[in-house]
Amino acid sequence: MSQQRQKILILYLGNSALDSNVKGWTLYDGTGQESHTTGDSDSPPYATGLDALLDGWRVIQFPQLIPPYPGMEYTTSFQMYEFIFEKLEAFNG
Amino acid sequence: MVDKKYLLTTAQMAEFVARGMLRFDELIPDSINQAVMAAFDAGGIEGAPAGTPLSLCYPEPDPIGSMLRMPEVQGIIHSLVGPDPLFDHHAIHVRQPNQGSAQGMHGDSIIDTRMHFDVQLMYFPHDVPLEMGGTLVVPGSQYRRINEMDIARYQNFAGQVPMVCKAGSLLALHHGIWHCGRQNKTDRKRYMYKIRLNPVVRQYRLWNTDDLDKMTGGQKRIFTRDQNAEADVQTILGRGEPWFEDAGGRLEIVNRVKMWRFLTGDENFDVHYWLTRLENMPERRLAA
Repeated sequence: MSQQRQKILILYLGNSALDSNVKGWTLYDGTGQESHTTGDSDSPPYATGLDALLDGWRVIQFPQLIPPYPGMEYTTSFQMYEFIFEKLEAFNG
Repeated sequence: MVDKKYLLTTAQMAEFVARGMLRFDELIPDSINQAVMAAFDAGGIEGAPAGTPLSLCYPEPDPIGSMLRMPEVQGIIHSLVGPDPLFDHHAIHVRQPNQGSAQGMHGDSIIDTRMHFDVQLMYFPHDVPLEMGGTLVVPGSQYRRINEMDIARYQNFAGQVPMVCKAGSLLALHHGIWHCGRQNKTDRKRYMYKIRLNPVVRQYRLWNTDDLDKMTGGQKRIFTRDQNAEADVQTILGRGEPWFEDAGGRLEIVNRVKMWRFLTGDENFDVHYWLTRLENMPERRLAA
């Protein structure tokens, strides 16, 4: 019986704009067809977040713009512009 | 005392401050590589309790001791953490043949907010081709305040460096750098020996500073993109990494400037005026 399973693409972009450049990327495949892991690719799947939309991915999370905590204005930590996308694909289980 | 000719240069030190890593390809001779591999295969290498002076660890004829006592390696250690640092811990990391998944991205130990830093040496005693993995390093990530595996969600970054190297290569890393063990797709075991060292002296001008004044130079034109100019300290510290965010990348340059000031005692040092501008808070009042 055909069902749908979720594929997740996470793109870390250069700024808060969806059409800014991809700086980092992560993939999880709920269909089980692909297996992704750390350090498995040297080139991003898309040049920008918008390119992912044009290829059929749906954005399910935009990063919020949160002012730095007082005293932390110059501190760097996690990637700030984490956009999460999904695709639903047929799965014959 | 380490002969000055084995100490890092100012350019190398600036590279370490900027990227958190220095690599030394094929530095260790094959005789030591072979002896280390034989010791690994025979069951490992004996370490020491944390806090032991390095000079008391790995007595002769321990092959890891032979590697660490090489003047070239002593020069690297001295330049980064000073003479006779403390042994923190070591590990022989093994990636099994055809190990399907990689280690999650992480920074070692726990979140660490010091300016003082530990150094980690990673030693690759055999050839590491790309299909064998190699440790993956994210250059320039060392100042990011994260706690160990909190970053395991990050799979890939533009500009990441898989340590593909010949036998006898050595990586010197700032303790905070993001890294992971890549998957090993070969039918052979992959070994990597790591040691963490703690300084016992203030990390102040420990490298060969003969060229420090020449390499520091004067203030540069703001936003200069002199990528082809002589690689002086400001140029090296001003180079972004491909994975830096547009605005966050500027903060990383500020982080580097602060570290360079810490290491040199030069409180006026700057790159592209980033800190000088913020420090300008005049109090002088015009006479009425």
